[in-house]
Formats: sequence, C-alpha cells, structure tokens
Amino acid sequence: MAFPTLNLYTRRKAANLAGLTFSILATLFGLFWLTWLLWTLFHNGLQWIGPRLFRESTPPPGANGGLANAIVGSLILTVAGVAMGTPAGVLAGTYLAEYGRGSRLAAIVRFVNDILLSAPSIIIGVFVYALIVLRAGHFSGWAGAVALALIILPVVVRTTENMMRLVPDALREAAAALGAPSWKTTVKVVYRSALPGIMTGVLLGTARISGETAPLLFTALNNQFWSTDMTRPFPNLPAVIFQFAMSPYEDWQHLAWAGALLITVTILLINIVARLILRRTRT
Amino acid sequence: MNEPSVSTSTGTGSGTGPSTGNLGLDPGRQAAAVARQPNDAPGHDKAPAASGRAKLEIRDLCFYYGKYKALHNIDLDIQDRKVTAFIGPSGCGKSTLLRTLNRIYELYPGQHATGRIQFGARNLLDRADDVNLMRSKIGMVFQKPTPFPMSVQDNISFGVRLYEQLSRADMEERVHWALQKAALWNEVKDKLRQEGTALSGGQQQRLCIARAVAVKPEILLLDEPASALDPLSTQKIEELISELKTDYTIAVVTHNMQQAARVSDYTAFMYLGRVVEFGDTKKLFTHPAEKQTEAYITGRFG
Repeated sequence: MAFPTLNLYTRRKAANLAGLTFSILATLFGLFWLTWLLWTLFHNGLQWIGPRLFRESTPPPGANGGLANAIVGSLILTVAGVAMGTPAGVLAGTYLAEYGRGSRLAAIVRFVNDILLSAPSIIIGVFVYALIVLRAGHFSGWAGAVALALIILPVVVRTTENMMRLVPDALREAAAALGAPSWKTTVKVVYRSALPGIMTGVLLGTARISGETAPLLFTALNNQFWSTDMTRPFPNLPAVIFQFAMSPYEDWQHLAWAGALLITVTILLINIVARLILRRTRT
Repeated sequence: MNEPSVSTSTGTGSGTGPSTGNLGLDPGRQAAAVARQPNDAPGHDKAPAASGRAKLEIRDLCFYYGKYKALHNIDLDIQDRKVTAFIGPSGCGKSTLLRTLNRIYELYPGQHATGRIQFGARNLLDRADDVNLMRSKIGMVFQKPTPFPMSVQDNISFGVRLYEQLSRADMEERVHWALQKAALWNEVKDKLRQEGTALSGGQQQRLCIARAVAVKPEILLLDEPASALDPLSTQKIEELISELKTDYTIAVVTHNMQQAARVSDYTAFMYLGRVVEFGDTKKLFTHPAEKQTEAYITGRFG
C-alpha cells in the first residue's frame, strides 16, 4: 500500500524548502547591491571627510575647499520644504481620514494625491520652474523649497490618512460620548494616537527629499558660494554632487564622493530614527 | 444579588400574555401593543412604566441604517435611578437603541432616527439642541475598553475639562472621586501618570466608567460593558452598576441574561428591532408574558 498522505507531505516539504531557498536568494541579491553601494561610498568618500568639509565652501577647481555652503543650503532647503509641505499634508490627511469619509471630494483628493505621489520628481521641478522661476526671472532657494514641499506633500497626506484611520472608531465614539466636539476629538485623541506614525511618515518624506536632485536643478539651481539668501540661486548637496562628479577635476570628484556619502548616511540615520519611533510606540 | 429563577419559568404556567395568533396585524403595532401590556392601564398613552419617575421617555422611535429600518416604533420609559437592561439575540437592535439615547450614531453618515426621546423638557432627537452638551449629561461605556492614549489621570480629566474649569487641586480631587466611584482608586492610585492603555482589561473598563462618571452625567449608557472581560472583572463591573444606580440612571445592553437578571430593575426583551416585552426584571424572568420572551430566556432560541 502506498501512503498518499506521506507522499503529499514530502512534496509539501520539498516545495517549502524550494520557496525558502528562493526567498533567501532574492533577499541576498537585494542586499548584495545595497552592500556594494554602501561599500563603494565609504571606500571612495570616507577618506575625504574631515573638518574642512564642514568649514569651507565649494572651491574652484584645483583649490582646497569643502561643502559647507552646500550642506547648510541643503539643510535649509529641506527644512523649508518640510515646513511648507507637512502642515498642508497633515491637514489634508486629517480631512481625508476624519471629515471626508465616503465623500466624493475626498475620493478625488485621494486619487489626485496618489498621482502626485507617483509623479516623477523632474516633472515637479519643471512645474515649479514654470510657476516661479520663469515668472521671477531667476532661480531661487524658495523655488527649490516649494519643489521639495510638493514632493513631500503627498507622502505626508498618505501617511497621515493611513495612520489616523488606524485609530479605532471606538476611541472617537468614546470621546464624542463625553461631549467632545469633533475637532477636539481629532486633536486630543486621534492625533495623539496617530502621532508616532505621522512623525515616521514625515521623517521618511524628509529622507526622500533630502536626496532629490532633479527638481532642484530647475529651481534652486546651485551656488558656488556661501549663501543663505533664499531669493537667489541656492547651494545644495545634490546639485554639487551632480556638477562635481561629472567634472574632470579630481579634487571636485573627491568632494562629490564625500557629499554622496554624507547624504546617504543622513538618510540612513533618518530612516533608523523613524523605525525606532515606530517600534517604541508599538510595544 | 438575586439569583434569577429562570429555570422555574420553563413550564407552561406563564402563558398570561395576549394571544399571539393575530398575525394579520402590522407587526410593529403588535410589538408596541405588547410592550404596553404590562402597564395594565387601558387608554393610558404611556409606555410601560412601573412605579417611579421616567428619566427618558422613548416614543415611537424608529432608527434607520441608510434605508434599512433597524428599530420599529419603540415606546419605552427609562426610570430615574434604576437599571434598565436590554436583552435579545444578536442583531435585535438593543445596541442600536442604546446608541440613539446619546445620538452617538450621528458620527456616521446615513444613520438617523425618528420619533421622540424626552429628556427633561427636551426632545433628545431635536437636532437644534447642542448634541455635545447633551452627551456630557449622558455618559456611555462601550463593549471594548477604550482608554485614550494618555495617562490615567488625563483620561479622566479629558471629559471634565470640556465643560468645567477646575483648579489643579479640584481636578485632582475629581479624579480621585471618579476613580473611587469606579472602584479603581486602590488599584491605580500609584499609577495615575502611567498610560491608561497599560492597565489590564478589567481596569481599563473601570477607567472608562470612571471617565464617564467624572463629568457627572445624569444617565449612564453601558453597551455590553463586561462582555470582553473575565468573570472576576465582570463581577466587579456588576457590583459597580448596582452601586452607581443610587446616583445615576443606568441603561445597560447585555448578551448575558443572568447578568441582566442580576443587575437590572427593568428589562426589555427585544427581537427584530422591536420591544417584545418590557417590565419588571423579576417578573420578566419568572413569568414572561410573551412566548418569545420565554423561549429566549430559557435558551430555546437566540
């Protein structure tokens, strides 16, 4: 007598083993490139990171210099972009999650937001170029910040809505049953529950825009000198990396490696912090 | 606590209710007529009200989820400082009925009620009235504990702050008072600043009761307040209900018939969105007037 069940069991075990093997291989495949990328960055960039990098501005070819203007410029652009995009994003997400449930307008907003979310960043750059740069007649830090704000906006809208929807309706009912008006329920109870998630979303969005290059090329352009004047072309790391890496000058290329490493490590750190925030609140 | 003598009513000696053979009648009217029966006052327009004063007078209440009619012409009085229990099989409308009493259903579009719920001089369902102010007078506790993501203390002061401005000392006193009312003080007096969500399930539910009591409502609506709790916590909640009724009017929905028999003064048995029978709890459980009631409480359906 054959044992069909045993046969089936063996086959399942084999299928399981095959599935597991492929999964592990796929994971290793992904990790391999990531590791290679990080290793290349550290290998080529780490040696050029020193105090001068943070103290001196971008040099002309052949001279000594650092990335101070680009680092500070990128920080300002990113902070300005987040500062503009986050409030609008949180409010829009709140509308979608709390007030627009089942409404047609909300469905449209959600759909348009999804399109914005997947819009290539260069399109955003061209849009802001036409909207601000052409009208003003020159590139400016503000135009760059607006472009970054438009990129982080849909990310924040999406995470805010998702995180607020995760808050059970039972909590809203409980607050309403105490006589709380709906805005108070939203601000004091729902935001409070959703805050770690929303913050994580904002941080991940920050990480995303801090490395954006294409939209800045059309808007903030770049500035070889120290500048905090947002109405003028504005220094920023991605544009410097783009310009220096493509240049034939070796010391410029070294600075590009250092800048690339700097951005990558920053994004990595932001991501780690975001995960930590989420994990701490989940336990 | 009085043990319900459910088992003794399984016999046939309880057939004192009206004949249920007239099926040609509109079922809504029939249920309403049946519900009025225990009052034994012909021509009396009031719903069954045993002795005492009605805190809420529900008249001709219908409720709709969109187009679906979930409650059919409910007439019922909820007595002041008594416990009124709503029992019935799942989907019979008992929770829906409770949720009309503070208009909490209004959070969801498409749900609406018609009829009248008289609360003092006002009709609760009157949309012109401030629903939030009304809700601060009619507290509610839900099936699952719903502590807010904040400290034990803030959980309680949240509702109080909405309508009262208390000094720090007064607020602390109110928190203390509410926690004692909910028989929770001894367990959390050293945890006031800890997250409310860190308490055990039974403690969380009593925290929710304390939170509802803290705003000093007149009525407490309890929607299966113990169904998610273990027997010991359930017992504590039931004891609490008996204590709270000296100060508050309580309406409680429960799946658990023994619980209704233990804690309530009046019981309404609901089925398919209608009140089949309403009256004194002891009488309803020992000598139900309706065959359906008898069948339900003896476990023959539902």
